Amino acid sequence: MLEIKNLHVKLQDEDKVILKGMNLTVETGKVHAIMGPNGSGKSTMSYVLSGRDGYEVTEGSATLGGKELLDMEPEERAAAGLFLAFQYPVEIPGVGNMTFLRTALNAQRKARGEEELSAGEFLKLVREKAKTLKIDADMLKRPVNVGFSGGEKKRNEILQMAMLEPKMCILDETDSGLDVDAMRLVADGVNALRAPDRSFLVITHYQRLLDHIKPDVVHIMADGRILQTGGPELALEVENNGYAEILAAHGLTEAK
Amino acid sequence: MQDADIREGVDRETVETVQNMGSYKYGWETEIEMEYAPKGISEEIVRLISKKNDEPEWMLDWRLQAYARWVGMTEPDWALLDLPKIDYQDLYYYARPKSMVEKPKSLDEVDPKLLATYEKLGIPLKEQMILAGVEGAENINLEERQVAVDAVFDSVSVGTTFKAKLAEAGVIFCSISEAIKEHPELVQKYLGSVVPQTDNYFATLNSAVFSDGSFVYVPPGTRCPMELSTYFRINAENTGQFERTLIICDRGAYVSYLEGCTAPKRDTAQLHAAVVEIVVLEDAEVKYSTVQNWFPGDEEGKGGIYNFVTKRADCREARAKVMWTQVETGSAITWKYPSCILRGDESSGEFYSIAIANNFQQADTGTKMVHLGKNTRSRIVSKGISAGQAQNTYRGLVSMHPRAKNSRNYTQCDSLLIGDKCGAHTVPYIEVKNNSSRVEHEATTSKVDDDQLFYCRARGVGEEEAVALVVNGFCRDVLQALPMEFAMEAQSLVAISLEGSVG
Repeated sequence: MLEIKNLHVKLQDEDKVILKGMNLTVETGKVHAIMGPNGSGKSTMSYVLSGRDGYEVTEGSATLGGKELLDMEPEERAAAGLFLAFQYPVEIPGVGNMTFLRTALNAQRKARGEEELSAGEFLKLVREKAKTLKIDADMLKRPVNVGFSGGEKKRNEILQMAMLEPKMCILDETDSGLDVDAMRLVADGVNALRAPDRSFLVITHYQRLLDHIKPDVVHIMADGRILQTGGPELALEVENNGYAEILAAHGLTEAK
Repeated sequence: MQDADIREGVDRETVETVQNMGSYKYGWETEIEMEYAPKGISEEIVRLISKKNDEPEWMLDWRLQAYARWVGMTEPDWALLDLPKIDYQDLYYYARPKSMVEKPKSLDEVDPKLLATYEKLGIPLKEQMILAGVEGAENINLEERQVAVDAVFDSVSVGTTFKAKLAEAGVIFCSISEAIKEHPELVQKYLGSVVPQTDNYFATLNSAVFSDGSFVYVPPGTRCPMELSTYFRINAENTGQFERTLIICDRGAYVSYLEGCTAPKRDTAQLHAAVVEIVVLEDAEVKYSTVQNWFPGDEEGKGGIYNFVTKRADCREARAKVMWTQVETGSAITWKYPSCILRGDESSGEFYSIAIANNFQQADTGTKMVHLGKNTRSRIVSKGISAGQAQNTYRGLVSMHPRAKNSRNYTQCDSLLIGDKCGAHTVPYIEVKNNSSRVEHEATTSKVDDDQLFYCRARGVGEEEAVALVVNGFCRDVLQALPMEFAMEAQSLVAISLEGSVG
């Protein structure tokens, strides 16, 4: 599904290299987790994949279903099936959540040459999905993320994911700032969306999210690349021992 | 839920418009034989215009008085506008389609080319809606959607619809030239009573040379059975349009009035200097909505309409209410301050405005709320959007006179910048001359945030559409104040006027 090969990325305006030869393959239908210390380049990777400005790819490639992502505009990547659940979802004052969802869904459908949904069809769909995610009707009417609590914002990201039905979902520290109950709600939402034709890449600092969203593969990332790959037990190991040992094995220190 | 569904529909409209986005949509020109008065302005021209309109003596005298005054006046220079020199002798002050020399008795006698022009603008001039109502019995709701239209083409009114139906309710809706002849007592009583001849340079010029416009009278206790609308179109080259609108809403009456404006694309600038006067009597209410989409000039700032407009409502008696809503997307230069004189006790005025300036457009617009009566209320919500190299100024006056005890004003002025070459300015003037009134002013300036745009794009929304979405969100308070038909048009216009402002 997603294949990142030897990806090198620097900041556009500074001489700072962030990704240094990253390799990663996420198979169709699998859930991969990426853990790593602060500053390892996890969020940068998610931004570069979804096409945010401010980064320069100096080498390497990233393909989704065999198509090169890095040549596409952000909206084309979304239409191709990529979805990024933001660490900090953005507020858009005055734009109703429903309007936003419908605009996005129909833009994607149009880009793929599919029929756009009518107001009626859309309403039915959004109400159904909201109900499964335990999102009340009031949240649908409010402006996008404005005045939402941390938990509501993250659940709203999952609602968008449910509506847009992407093939490849990246969750960028979706658990940050959530209490245990809110995290469980979000995790339940993600689990409900797991499907044989949908892959996930879960970026997190903490093992506890992975108790709820069980990964097939865990990667440890630091210094702009993947250092180690293993099964779910790797996450437990990090939880108990920290990153020091893994970093040291690659000649890195934690301070970095 | 009904409401939310309709809003969805409105947004869909925006989205589709953005997707089919072209450049200025109304830039075409109608090839039609015109009759012009000679170029330039003089006493003879004023007399000629009056004669062409077959006016009574008192009207001509009024015009001549204004002209004599205007000759000694100078253009105002206090606005934050870079005003090019206007050669007033190089303009035509009167142009009418030849077919209108003999005023048609009914719409059937109107030149089909003219009607086609308005059809192209999406206006149901030929009372198409009535016809549809007869044939399509399934459209029972059509009744509610009826809008009576007066269409002004260059200097003359070409037709007014639904006259008979309005007359049944006692409402007079006709061109002002007709009103001068048919209802002289009303015109004489109210013309110039809100915006005096001597008010300002452009209003005085208008008083001398105005050629046509709309007239509305709603009798006491009458709720006007439909929305009234005037569409203004400047077609002829080098021609100024000077229309004059007079609305009188008698005691306890109500009317909602819509105004739309377009003009062809030309690389020379055109002058538009209109006057709108509204008289609101005891317990009456007037809503006046404008969607102004005059040609804004091209991407390099060539051509476009210079829009110098004086609009004022006089809440003359107790509990009179007026609401101005404007969406200003067009014109190369906009100089416009729809105002409320809150003379009657407990009268109230509201002003909702969206002003968009892109490329080289300049807008200096706002309102005046003059509180004279006790317990008067006013509310101002202004949304200014600047893109390209445009300059957008909000200029507003809130004045509480000594007699205006316990009066209130709330002002909210928000500016949105797109790109880093444009400017937004807020110039509020506040005068409070009693100690029981309260004035609140809030202002914000923000930029269309890259994070917001990226968030939309990461969800599959293209860049232009993302800007339209964010800007429409910014304008939401004002868009909601518009009648539904206009809200849709306005949303699309917001998207179209910002075309090419990003990337």
